[in-house]
Amino acid sequence: MEKTTHTIWVYIEKRHNTIADVSLELLSKGRKLSEKLGGTLKAVIIGHHIDELARETFKYGAQEAIVVDDSDLKDYKTLPYSRILSDLIKEHRPRVVLFGATVNGRDIAPRVASNTLSGLTADCTDLQISDVTYMKKDYKDLLLQIRPAFGGNIVATIITPDNPIQMATVREGVMEMSRLEQPVDGKIIKVPYVRDEIDKMITIIERYQEECRVNLKCAPIIVSGGYGMGSRENFKLLKELANLIGGQVAGSRAAVDAGFVDHDRQVGQTGVTVRPKLYIAVGISGAIQHRAGMDESSKIIAINTDPEAPIFGICHYKIVGDAMTVIPAFIEAYKNKLK
Amino acid sequence: MGYNSIVLVKQVPDTANISGEVMKPDGTVNRAKLPAIFNPEDKVALELALQVKDDMGGKVTAVTMGPPKAAELLKECLYMGADDVILITDRKFAGADTLATSYVLQKVIEKIGDYDLIFAGRQAIDGDTAQVGPQTAEKLGLPQITYTEKILNIKKGKIKVQRQIDGGHEILESTLPVLLTVINDAAIPRPFKAKKAMAYKNYVPPQWTTEDLSVDIDRCGMPGSPTKVHKIESVVLSAGDHEEIEPSKAGLGELIDKLMNDHIFG
Repeated sequence: MEKTTHTIWVYIEKRHNTIADVSLELLSKGRKLSEKLGGTLKAVIIGHHIDELARETFKYGAQEAIVVDDSDLKDYKTLPYSRILSDLIKEHRPRVVLFGATVNGRDIAPRVASNTLSGLTADCTDLQISDVTYMKKDYKDLLLQIRPAFGGNIVATIITPDNPIQMATVREGVMEMSRLEQPVDGKIIKVPYVRDEIDKMITIIERYQEECRVNLKCAPIIVSGGYGMGSRENFKLLKELANLIGGQVAGSRAAVDAGFVDHDRQVGQTGVTVRPKLYIAVGISGAIQHRAGMDESSKIIAINTDPEAPIFGICHYKIVGDAMTVIPAFIEAYKNKLK
Repeated sequence: MGYNSIVLVKQVPDTANISGEVMKPDGTVNRAKLPAIFNPEDKVALELALQVKDDMGGKVTAVTMGPPKAAELLKECLYMGADDVILITDRKFAGADTLATSYVLQKVIEKIGDYDLIFAGRQAIDGDTAQVGPQTAEKLGLPQITYTEKILNIKKGKIKVQRQIDGGHEILESTLPVLLTVINDAAIPRPFKAKKAMAYKNYVPPQWTTEDLSVDIDRCGMPGSPTKVHKIESVVLSAGDHEEIEPSKAGLGELIDKLMNDHIFG
């Protein structure tokens, strides 16, 4: 019998010398899972000059930070990062390992799962710890990995019943970030970097990464347009409304694919998940993949010419009409209220 | 000389275009009715491999793992210009998760042997996991470059690639062989060549089963898959409680009042 633990690990992703939001979200979620599991929550950070980041994880509930620090590890590289993490996992046998479903999270996680022969579920939208009966066998405290599948048409609960290590990636913005009032008095465990020839197979020639320009996740109001907006030009109307009511402009995948709005403003399963106070969906039919990213908004106004559009199934206020007349009327009505 | 490529391709149900015809009366999708298509990013991966061949010579081998019906997909690869195709099919491979799939692909690629580049789509639209490429690279002990946007050059046994990262891109140089996973923006797949389509019309792609590969059966298919589907719920389109607002001045004015009362506005 292989050794198993009740430990949850969160792989910490760096972004411009800070911790990526998704990693803090995972620590926040990991804290709750860890309470249920009755184990320890640990953060794993690979990089250079990262002690401060390690301490930051204690504010989100990590009880221990495993730190691999070396000047050669300054920037993310598949190798050596995945090799280091795989070796740590094989040595310490955590029960659960969580990664952000970012480009680099989706680069490292499968490699590590492949190396350690662990189960890995991509892009989970919820994680729970629960007892499960599977194939007439009872399992205690399994990680339920809940994710949309089949283009979002089904929701699947995946389990890793007979494997000691359960891994999952989670998209940014899906879990809520919650900071502790009082940070944990955590330990920093330093692990030396042991070089390997394969670490040199890939070199970074150049890296260009913008600061995140758009922060949809924090916007209290989002005005979002779909393919029904018709053109990039018409999207300006949404921008005008958003500016007026203090919101951000977003779009559905169809609107992004059509070039009406930039990709970093995409809401939905393959974009950002948002839960603003108000979400105004304009000319969005409401495909499941879009709704998965916004259906937890506190209030939803849907504007669509098609009275049967699926978006109306989840909205609070339904307006049947053409955006090009409804939005200007809305803007005018709002301005009147301000007078 | 030239560079030999292996391209991993998959036939997938067209989940991106769900029409009314495949919806069941209860609002769920009838998956059996979805048409089977060439996974879009795999087609782009094949295109990149063919471009390498056009520019530098070499051979392109397309591989798919799936039911016998997936032979259709391999014929499409031939129509586009692939030199060789192999269908990996065996009931014992059924029900594989990404780990079990990558194990079989490792064995397949080791058997093919002579390669410099392995291409795959970043992810397949039926699962959207993006795991099989990296998992296969790990098992082969190869470097990988995921989210490939562009191949900048290949020379002296090295390849320079631009890949997408969150909020930007990076340029990496890798030794060969390397496994690349490719995003949609990387290239536009070429159309079928009429001549090839004629030549391969009745072609039956060679099949490899467990007997052709030195695989441990316990690591294939369902038994080799650590992840299991515990529960599946169809997403049902249902009408919730909502209030209909007249798109008139009065209607919109009342709505704005409500939102102001709820402290959402103002």
